[in-house]
This record gives sequence, structure tokens and C-alpha cells, in this order.
Amino acid sequence: MATDIRVKEIEGIRPGLRKSSLMRQSLRRLMHNKLAVAGFAVVVLMFVLCFIGPFFSPYTDNKINMAFMNKPPSLKHWLGTDALGRDILTRVMQAGRISLTVGLASMLLSVFLGSLLGAIAGYYGGLLDQIIMRIADLLMTIPGLPLLFIFGALLSEWKIPTDYRMYIVMLMLSIVNWPGLARMVRGQMLSLREREFMQAAVVLGLRDRRKLLHHLLPNIVPLLIVMATLNIGGAILSESVLSFFGLGVMPPTPTWGNMIDAANNILDFQNRPWLWIPPGLSIFATVIAINIFGDGLRDVLDPKQKR
Amino acid sequence: MSEALLEVKHLKKYFPVKQGLLGRTAGHVKAVDDVSITLRPGETFGLVGESGSGKSTVGRTILRLTDKTDGEVRFKGTDIHSLSAAEMRLIRPQMQLIFQDPYSALNPRIRIGDAIGEALLDHGLCTKAEVRSLVLEALEACGLSAYHIDRFPHEFSGGQRQRIGIARALILNPDLIVADEPVSALDVSIQAQIINLFSRLQQSKGLAYLFISHDLSVVEHLCTSIGVMYLGSIVETATRDELFLHPLHPYTKALLSAVPVPVPRLKRERIVLTGDIPSPANPPSGCKFHTRCPFALEVCKAEIPLLRDAGAGHLVACHLA
Repeated sequence: MATDIRVKEIEGIRPGLRKSSLMRQSLRRLMHNKLAVAGFAVVVLMFVLCFIGPFFSPYTDNKINMAFMNKPPSLKHWLGTDALGRDILTRVMQAGRISLTVGLASMLLSVFLGSLLGAIAGYYGGLLDQIIMRIADLLMTIPGLPLLFIFGALLSEWKIPTDYRMYIVMLMLSIVNWPGLARMVRGQMLSLREREFMQAAVVLGLRDRRKLLHHLLPNIVPLLIVMATLNIGGAILSESVLSFFGLGVMPPTPTWGNMIDAANNILDFQNRPWLWIPPGLSIFATVIAINIFGDGLRDVLDPKQKR
Repeated sequence: MSEALLEVKHLKKYFPVKQGLLGRTAGHVKAVDDVSITLRPGETFGLVGESGSGKSTVGRTILRLTDKTDGEVRFKGTDIHSLSAAEMRLIRPQMQLIFQDPYSALNPRIRIGDAIGEALLDHGLCTKAEVRSLVLEALEACGLSAYHIDRFPHEFSGGQRQRIGIARALILNPDLIVADEPVSALDVSIQAQIINLFSRLQQSKGLAYLFISHDLSVVEHLCTSIGVMYLGSIVETATRDELFLHPLHPYTKALLSAVPVPVPRLKRERIVLTGDIPSPANPPSGCKFHTRCPFALEVCKAEIPLLRDAGAGHLVACHLA
């Protein structure tokens, strides 16, 4: 018994042994939410399929084979082929790479922009706050989708090379998404700033940098994680919509959105469902899974927002 | 008598009352109206008064958590309200604050070891290697255990959190600690422990306290001198014994008569005040206390009584005393 107590004490004193326990507690609670775990599993499955799957495929996504045009699913082509004889399964996986990357990257960029600008606006206030928030307001008064259409049309007008379009689409989505995040982070900052522990930080004479990074930021991280997760779903949807209208990522680079473009044609829509059902289902499953997972995360990390 | 550590002279803090669409200043809430305090090293000054009397605002203005409206706060001879932000940051470790609510005074996402040690690191008062042993020392001095160091605030009780708050202030080796009702949120049994901790630390470190409280029995235990505040002004100030034995101001008498005494058969003259404290935005004319004073005369309504010496440093602001 005596040794037990000693071990406990040493554990307590040694640094780093109990680190991350707040996160671990949240994780444990998240594991109890079956739906959220299922959502997470689907997302992981999607990623694995899209990023590793194509290596096991005998076809490449842009290989045209005129002998196998518009073939329904068979043993050779599990999900059939499109009008140019390309394997749908391979293309769906390749498209997933693009769609997921665009979703993830634009989320990261908008979370970075939104939290940085929101934090600055909320913490320093004054003129800086006014400038940042008025820009955000301006962007928020224009409905997101039309704004994206205008951007997309401009890209086509300027004949941006297809390879670059993917990156510009990411940027566009971030520009549309950061104001909402910035506003939320700013609100959090304003309320945190008045909390007593921030007064304590003033009395202790802590530097601004420490106050921001060590005291304020960790308190908004849970919110950010939740917002970021839900944002990925939204970004994937927006990208798909843009690509569907031919304003996002351009063929021949496949994305889920421009693959559904096949459904734009009544003949294909009625007679060749294998053209548009796989990419459509992929979008549906991914976005739903991300949203379910995000909801679960929110319940765990940000219980105040629970309905 | 040694040099004063803290000298507050005629401190005033008015909060503007904004009105209408354009935010016109319609008047002022005189939260602190002409307060003077002198505190020498190792002494404890108790500031008592009911809710809304402005005692917390005095404490916060002394630490420059809010700006003053007028007057002077001299800490070791320097007027702290004239310092630049950078100079102020450097002087901060010497004057610390203990909060009333130990639950909200600690950042929920910071381990208490980090919370206690971070100011040392931020001010470059010790190296990264030393900080842990210093934190352990401070924890021990405040009656906490070494294994508490990596825990989060939510794992502690109210009394323990207050100890953490004290350790956080203490580790900087301050000369002055402003304690803003540090025990009023705690259970009575814990209150005694924390008060004993305060007096033990004072003896071992020679700290000076500005102890803000509405509980006279707490103040009696700790303070060398006491100031009684009413509606933003100090109405009576004296050494502890003098104030408790010979209170001169009717408000002090009323407060003292409200302190429970553990002798049930003792018959005491009880002065019960009626009504509430008036609004500091619209204080009564003359003596601010005349609306509730059982002995008020005509002169009290017309003339503001000045603080005058009733002998041996016992100051009182009353026409009758």
C-alpha cells in the first residue's frame, strides 16, 4: 500500500504524465455516442477509399476507352463506364480525392482566417474591430452561392488553367466562409475577455501574446473544432454545386460535382443511373457523416449549444 | 512609522451613465467619491461596507483594473495611474489581487501548476527549470499538495481554489495584496482556514493587505485598521480596537450592532437600518447617510460632513459625532 501511494505521488509530480486529460475525457464521452462514431467511421472509410483505392484499380481516371462506352456495371467495371469509356469507380475515387481535399483545405484556410481575424477584432476592439467586422458584414450580406457563381464565372472568363482552378476554388470557398467564423470567434472573445480569469491575467501582468494564446485560444478551440468539422461538409457541398454548374473544378479533372453533371442530360438520367448515382451517393454519405460526427463533437465539446 | 506602501489620496471613480441613441452622458454613478487610504508595509487595512458601497471599485482602481476619474494612487511613491502600459506591467507582480469568486478566477483550461507558474515565466523572474519547484513551494505554503499541480480547476473545491488563487498571487512575492471579499463565497469552516492562511502568510512574508469585506467579524480578525464605506465615501476610519470599542459614526454603530455575538443572554442595543442604500447615481444631499440615519438632524440634510479627526487618528464624517 505504501508503495502505491508513492507511485501516485511521483505520477503527480512528473510533468506531462496527465497531459491532454481534458481532451481524453471528451474523447471518452464521444465514444459513447454511437451515431457520431458511425459518422466518423464513414468519413474515415471515404478518405481511405479515395486516397488508397485508386492504387488498386487497374484503370486510370482519364484513360479513354472507346470500346467500353456507357457500359452498365459488370464484373470488369464494377460501377460501369461513362460516355468516354472511363471506369466510374476509379473516377469516383479520384474525384473524392479532389472533393475531400478541397473541403478540408478550404476549411483549414477559413478557420485560420476566421479565428485570427475574429480573435484580433474581439481582443483589441476599436478601429481594427470595426474594419474587420465591416468587411465581414459586407461579405455576409451577399448570398454565398451567387457570390461563388460570380467568382467562378470570372475564372472561366480569365481562362484560368484547370490545374490551378482547384486551388482557386479552395480560396473562393474560404473567402465566403470566414466571416461567419470570425463573427463567432469574436463573440466568444468578447465574452471571455470580461471573465474574471482574464482580469487575473491583467493583474498578473501577463503579456498580450500569452493572454491570447494560452488563455483565450484554448477556450475557443472546442468551438473551433466543431465549427471546422461542420464546415467541411458545407465546403464539399459548395464545391460540388460549383462543379456541377461547370464553375468549379473543370473536367477532365473529376470531382463529385462535375460527375453528377451527367444527370443534366435526360437520356443519361433515365437510362444510365450508374453515371450519377455513385458520385451523388458519395456526396450524400460524406456530408451526412461529417454533419452527424460534427453534431456529436458539439455535444461533447460545447455542451452549451446542445438543443 | 515607516514609509507608506500604498497611499490613496482623494480617489474618485465616476461611471458615466449613457442615455439615448447617441450615447449622451446623462449623469455619473459616483462609485468612489473621495476615498483616502494609507497602508504601511506589513499592515492590513480593512474596507467594509454593504453591497454597492464601492469598496470593490476602490480595490480595482488601486490595481488599475479600471481607470480613475480623479485623485491619486501612489504605490511605493509612484503614481501608478501615470505609468505607461509597459511600466505598469513591470510593477504588477508587486501588487496582487485575490478574487471573491474562486470559481471564475481560474481559467478552466489551464492546469493549476501552469496557472501559478506562468506569471513568473512571463516576467522572466525564474527559469523554466526552476518554475516547478517554486510552484510546489507555493502550493505547500498555501496548504495544497504536490500532486495537485497537474490538475484542472474543476477538480478542486471552493476553498482549494481560493488557496490556488492565493498561491498564484503569492509566488510573485508581492508587497501588497488586495483581497476582494476573498472568503464571502466560502463555507464558514473554510473561511476560518483561509483567514488563518492569510494571517500566517502575512507573518512569514511581511505582506500588506487591503482587505475588502462586508463581514465585520472577518475584518476584526485580520486588520490593523479599518475604514467604513458608505455610498462611495469613507465615513469612519480608525484602528481596529478603537473602531470596535468606540464607534462614532451611526452607520458604523449599526453595522457593529448587527454582528452576531455568541452570548445569547447579552442584551445589546440593536440599531436596525431601514431601507436600502440609495443610488450612487443620485446620492442624497448633505450627509449621504441622512436618509437612513436614526439620529439625523436638519443640518445633515443640508451640509456634507467632512472627515475630521476625533483624536488619535480616528477619523469620522458625521455632524453628530
